[in-house]
Amino acid sequence: MTLTATTVFEEWRGKSLDDALLECRDQVEAAEFDTVRRWREAGGKVVGHFQVYFPEEIVHAAGMLPFKVRGAPVEPNKADSHFGSYLCSILKTSLELALSDVVEMEMFVSHPICDAARNLAAIWGRNVDYPCQILYLPQNPNSAGSIEYLRHEYDRMRRMAEEVSGREITDDDLRNSIDVFNENRRLLRELYDIKRETPWLIAAEDAYALLSLAGMIPREEHNELLSELLPKIRERTAKQEDRVRIVFEGAFCEQPPFDLVRMLGRTSYVVDDDFHIGMRWVTQDVSTEGDPLWNLAEAYTEYSSYSPVQHDTRKPKEDMLKARMAEAKADAAILAAAKMCEPGLEEQVTYTHALDEAGIAYFVSEFEENMTSFEQLEMQVETFIENLLFA
Amino acid sequence: MTTTDATHDLVGRGNREGAALFRDWFAEIDETARTGGQSAYVFVMGSLNEILKTFDLPVIFPEINSLQTAVRRVAHEYLEEAEDHGYSPDVCGYVKADVGTQLRGGEHPMGQIPQPSLSVLTNACNTYIKWAEIWERMYETPTFTIDIPGTREAGGQTWQGNSDFEADRKYVETQVRELITLCEEITGKKFDIDKFRQVLTYTNTMSRSWKQLLDLNKSKPSLFNALTDATIYLGVANGFRGTEAGAGYFERLVEEMEYKAAHGIGQTIEEEYRLLFVGVPCYPIFRRFNELFTDWGGQFVNSTYLWFASGGSNRGFEYDLTDPVASLAEGVLISVRDAMDAMFHQNEVLVGMSEDFDIDGVIYHPIKSCRTVSTGLADGRRHFSEETGIPSLFIESDMMDRRVVSEAQMKNRIDAFFEGLASRRLAAGVQG
Repeated sequence: MTLTATTVFEEWRGKSLDDALLECRDQVEAAEFDTVRRWREAGGKVVGHFQVYFPEEIVHAAGMLPFKVRGAPVEPNKADSHFGSYLCSILKTSLELALSDVVEMEMFVSHPICDAARNLAAIWGRNVDYPCQILYLPQNPNSAGSIEYLRHEYDRMRRMAEEVSGREITDDDLRNSIDVFNENRRLLRELYDIKRETPWLIAAEDAYALLSLAGMIPREEHNELLSELLPKIRERTAKQEDRVRIVFEGAFCEQPPFDLVRMLGRTSYVVDDDFHIGMRWVTQDVSTEGDPLWNLAEAYTEYSSYSPVQHDTRKPKEDMLKARMAEAKADAAILAAAKMCEPGLEEQVTYTHALDEAGIAYFVSEFEENMTSFEQLEMQVETFIENLLFA
Repeated sequence: MTTTDATHDLVGRGNREGAALFRDWFAEIDETARTGGQSAYVFVMGSLNEILKTFDLPVIFPEINSLQTAVRRVAHEYLEEAEDHGYSPDVCGYVKADVGTQLRGGEHPMGQIPQPSLSVLTNACNTYIKWAEIWERMYETPTFTIDIPGTREAGGQTWQGNSDFEADRKYVETQVRELITLCEEITGKKFDIDKFRQVLTYTNTMSRSWKQLLDLNKSKPSLFNALTDATIYLGVANGFRGTEAGAGYFERLVEEMEYKAAHGIGQTIEEEYRLLFVGVPCYPIFRRFNELFTDWGGQFVNSTYLWFASGGSNRGFEYDLTDPVASLAEGVLISVRDAMDAMFHQNEVLVGMSEDFDIDGVIYHPIKSCRTVSTGLADGRRHFSEETGIPSLFIESDMMDRRVVSEAQMKNRIDAFFEGLASRRLAAGVQG
């Protein structure tokens, strides 16, 4: 079975733009991950990969569905006793999805992105009966040896994917997958162009839903979805309002609750962000000439975005944030961090000091994926925004 | 020399000499700060002291500086200073105590801490990376990450000859060579391969001795407290790695322990229960924390801390002096990977230790500050208990922040644990 043989998200088809976006939101907001279940019911295999970045092309080339493990707004009833205190929510709810069989998979891959998450593969491995692997993305991308090392690591991942899928992955398979993902990256760049250039044409939560779906459905389907909806979004006639343009920073791993994104969209234009930044990690087309694994490794280190969990002397995070804000013509930043997210909390300090120095307004906040009450936060954000509007 | 004289001379020598070396080390650090000399900030899991000592760079271990503020009961002052600077209460206490130290211009209870000329870190702990970024911004001095790929899945370590291992080894070697070039640039000195070999020789002695030392504690009664005495040994193992003083110290320490083993000399208390410690010690009440166990005759005979905080020296890896740079890369890869395994895949380690050290119980001490060590402990404990049936205790506190250390609550749980051990022993006796 190939990926293109199965479609798992049909609800949006044949509907008006607003109704199609509603279906997208519903799919992302629900914690059931129906699309993954449908894929498996059709006989497909699933590789779950934890935040932030994973070379999904390798799994895709094996005919499997790469599923971005991103936690969920659920109570970690089964997972809680596997963890101690003082940990972020996404670790627990991600394991909960596995232990409660909400998301079934054939392999799980995590990355040593932070002190907590690097424990995940071992924890999962003790509790499930499928392979749980760590993909060691280079933490020294400035070394001359990092691309060659990563190319080998990707080859190891290719061998694992072959074993799990029972199918050989040729270089041509990889090139085909790179093509699919290049198209997806192009469409996601277009989505973000709309956010930056005409944010009044798309609500923050709709843009979030469109992005988030990429990690839940086959990329061919996602390409089809974006190819059809993005032109319709551009054709909208909504008028620009006098709103503050903000960049949301701090959602590179655990995701803010959908309602939090919705609330921000009510009070401002979210013109850029780092939601699921791994899906926008590679910032340009990956070459389909030559060695595809080398090309993927090179793209990871050389043509990529930034996050608090990667140290690269060429990409000081505060400079990258200021550049993101400048490109989006943002007035202010929401500097958020998931509760107990150490890299996020540490980066907040850097960001606040850098923005202070640059005289850029910001609002600092923490969130948790399971938050349900936003009244107080909304009031604070509104006050912040009013201060900017009427300063 | 009579046995009595030898006993008087030898027993406790490691602690006395360790304390003296520690003072010497901090005196050197203080002197470096006051004279504006160069220094390197490094971490315990993969300090790369072998390179730095070859360039005569004094090494500063901010982790050790930070824990010293806790042992000396002033950590809260430093933590509060860092929190005022913007760091969340949920950020690692070691980081914050160091930020406090830096904000005070290096003022520390053990002396003046110099600013770094260079920071060298591994990825054994992700917070190392975030921490070094702070110095990078504060001082605009270079930061070098030696990226050590770890074990990809439980039991999945690869070794020499395997293509995956060789890819990792080559990557680490490339980085080691890059670090050498950076050190040449910073110090203005040319890399001296003969001096490097000498440094490696000292490290070989230390690694061999460290492994012997840990093995010797299988003795009954145990020879040293793996929580308290061993923290002194750890300090020397890290601070004096690759030095003649460090090598001599550990040879003498092994001599002391061999003597104690031969003469059945244990610790100062009667050993009722042999315990393993998993996690990081509770430094804010360090002595009292230990007493909560020793009051019941509980002795810590080994710990995962002695594995990972020694950078994996427990493996006793010895460098091949005929190809020293490549061998250093291989040794760092194997040892630091082992240190990481002691944190993420510690069950295999613990099962082995439990048998080798004839263990009565395991104490899990996850801490708020360190998610690297603590995240997997609850799950690991579940599976360890299922596999071995060995009693264990799970107590959470912190290594730095006294606000999350509740001595009374800990005591209740520890007392209950020992009562359980006593009942279990009694029942076993009745059945026997």
